[in-house]
Amino acid sequence: MKTLLIGEFREGKLLDSTYELFGFAGQAADEPVMFMVGSETQLPSFGGRLYLADAAACGEYNPDLHKQLILNVVQKENPDRIVFVHSSYGWDLAPRVAVALKAAQVSEVVAIQEGGFEVGCCNGKMRRIVKPSTPQTVITIQAGAFQGVQPGGTPQVTRLAAPGGGTMEFVGYEPAEEKGVDLAKAEVIVSAGRGVGKKDNVAIIAALAKALGGELGASRPVVDAEWVAHDHQVGTTGQTVSPKLYVACGISGAIQHLAGMKKSDFILAINKDKDAPIGEVADVLVVADVMQFVPALTAKLAK
Amino acid sequence: MKILVCIKQVPDLESRFKPNASNTWFDEADLAYRMNEYDEYAVEQAVQLREECGDSSDLTVLSIGPDRVVEAIKKALAMGCDRAVHIQDQAVSSRDPWQIASIISAYAREHKFDLIFTGMQSQDRGSAQVGAMLAELLGVSCATTVVGFSCKDNVVTAKRELEGGVKGVMRMKTPALVTCQLGLNIPRYPTLPNIMKAKKKEIIALPVADLLKEESLAKTTSFHPPAKKGGGLLVEGDIADQVDKVLALLKEKTAVLR
Ligand SMILES: Cc1cc2nc3c(=O)[nH]c(=O)nc-3n(C[C@H](O)[C@H](O)[C@H](O)COP(=O)(O)OP(=O)(O)OC[C@H]3O[C@@H](n4cnc5c(N)ncnc54)[C@H](O)[C@@H]3O)c2cc1C
Ligand SMILES: Nc1ncnc2c1ncn2[C@@H]1O[C@H](COP(=O)(O)O)[C@@H](O)[C@H]1O
Repeated sequence: MKTLLIGEFREGKLLDSTYELFGFAGQAADEPVMFMVGSETQLPSFGGRLYLADAAACGEYNPDLHKQLILNVVQKENPDRIVFVHSSYGWDLAPRVAVALKAAQVSEVVAIQEGGFEVGCCNGKMRRIVKPSTPQTVITIQAGAFQGVQPGGTPQVTRLAAPGGGTMEFVGYEPAEEKGVDLAKAEVIVSAGRGVGKKDNVAIIAALAKALGGELGASRPVVDAEWVAHDHQVGTTGQTVSPKLYVACGISGAIQHLAGMKKSDFILAINKDKDAPIGEVADVLVVADVMQFVPALTAKLAK
Repeated sequence: MKILVCIKQVPDLESRFKPNASNTWFDEADLAYRMNEYDEYAVEQAVQLREECGDSSDLTVLSIGPDRVVEAIKKALAMGCDRAVHIQDQAVSSRDPWQIASIISAYAREHKFDLIFTGMQSQDRGSAQVGAMLAELLGVSCATTVVGFSCKDNVVTAKRELEGGVKGVMRMKTPALVTCQLGLNIPRYPTLPNIMKAKKKEIIALPVADLLKEESLAKTTSFHPPAKKGGGLLVEGDIADQVDKVLALLKEKTAVLR
């Protein structure tokens, strides 16, 4: 099958996640062609055809315009699949392209299965197989699900002119907040999730962190609810950590949280739900009420 | 300003999910339902905008689903929406995002909303498709994954959340649609007086057949738990025993306890 891969470029750089698209194409045994709004100076290491629009002329984020460019390439190449990374760029653009082509869209694919694509659902607790019934399919792949592959070589570049127009104006980027705590340096991180129940209970999690000589981490809802400051957040939109010990207290294990901590040497999870997806990465899953188990563990450590 | 907010009712995600008879979705028996978390941020933002614009504005909440979704609708009304549209659909869980977006667009096209709010994704399906598809079908501007929002003189300024905590700021004219991300605001709790007031608000019921004109483009062929990777050790039982077991494991397997 012929697959149009949509590369990603941000703040002047080709993003590494672009290579995961080749990982998908490799597994699917597809013939890849790439489209990207990017720069001549940042070509992917790939010997096939690359349709390139200049980011300086088109803007790095201008979905109306990028959609139009993709549709032009689709017309020329007639691919069976159009594949994006499931990222803030991909999930924004993919549905627009899918509707314009009236093609089925399958989001956040984790594996290619006979008869369709496997995707997560119910916050990562369950899986579905989705089968498109249209001749063309738009796909977004889960970040990290397909190993990145650098095919090597220099692309044959077809330059695309900026179509102009578009109804959105990109104002600019805002850098990530300054980090007060550098969790990346911590040897032990004890993180509070929504399962701790309320803001007052965070102190109990912090006490375990202290008893273990580590830092306090947090999942996103705990930060959004202002129970813990943002610079303690672990995950795709927080910090990426790999301590010797990571303790997840009342954290379900959503993919965006796992992305930030799954490389930890040893993962201890405390959850009252033994089916919580955190169990997939945890070395030890304690099935208990976090407010009973954590103080008991802290007390025993103090002895 | 005419405003629409689209909400989905989803099961409590701490539930145990069992496949239904056709093995295409979960069995609905014994599940408790709530408003999709992302949609709570959407409702809050819509209500804030409604309050800013005052009496000249009107805020409709819309949900597609069986009778149970009226619970979620009532919560949105108690948070401050003016009226509700319940699109009655017993088979909502078999619809693909394309059909859901088509149904909403059939309703919205007639009513010409200036601003539409949706969640960034639903927690059970998690497709992150309906919002952007709806905007595309209506031909309006759209910003997804929004963590900052303002609207002045018919110009929306939206802050999109990108990876690693970086944000992208963009502007667009109304009519427009935004999909709301976690942390956009702090959703209010409905107060008792507002819950009482909401009881008098209008809920318009429409059969889905009046609005659904499209076939699905994709089908679910299987619903199952992920293949267990194994490895992890499950520690169950009495708290004191669990503590002892965990301490022994930490001493044996990590270098952090001496
Ligand atoms: C684009 C995007 C980016 C995101 N970025 C991040 C990110 O960087 N970091 C992040 O963490 N999330 C992020 N998220 C959110 C993520 O999808 C999840 O919503 C979030 O991680 C869930 O946090 P949680 O596990 O604390 O809460 P929940 O998912 O609500 O889980 C709570 C858990 O606690 C358990 N529990 C409840 N009560 C108890 C008790 N008494 N004792 C023991 N266990 C209990 C429950 O069984 C459940 O497993 C992002 C989402 C999106 C869409
Ligand atoms: N059944 C529904 N009724 C109303 N709005 C919905 C429905 N399903 C999805 N939506 C909206 O579309 C958003 C994205 O859903 P999804 O594409 O399923 O991830 C949700 O956050 C809702 O705002």
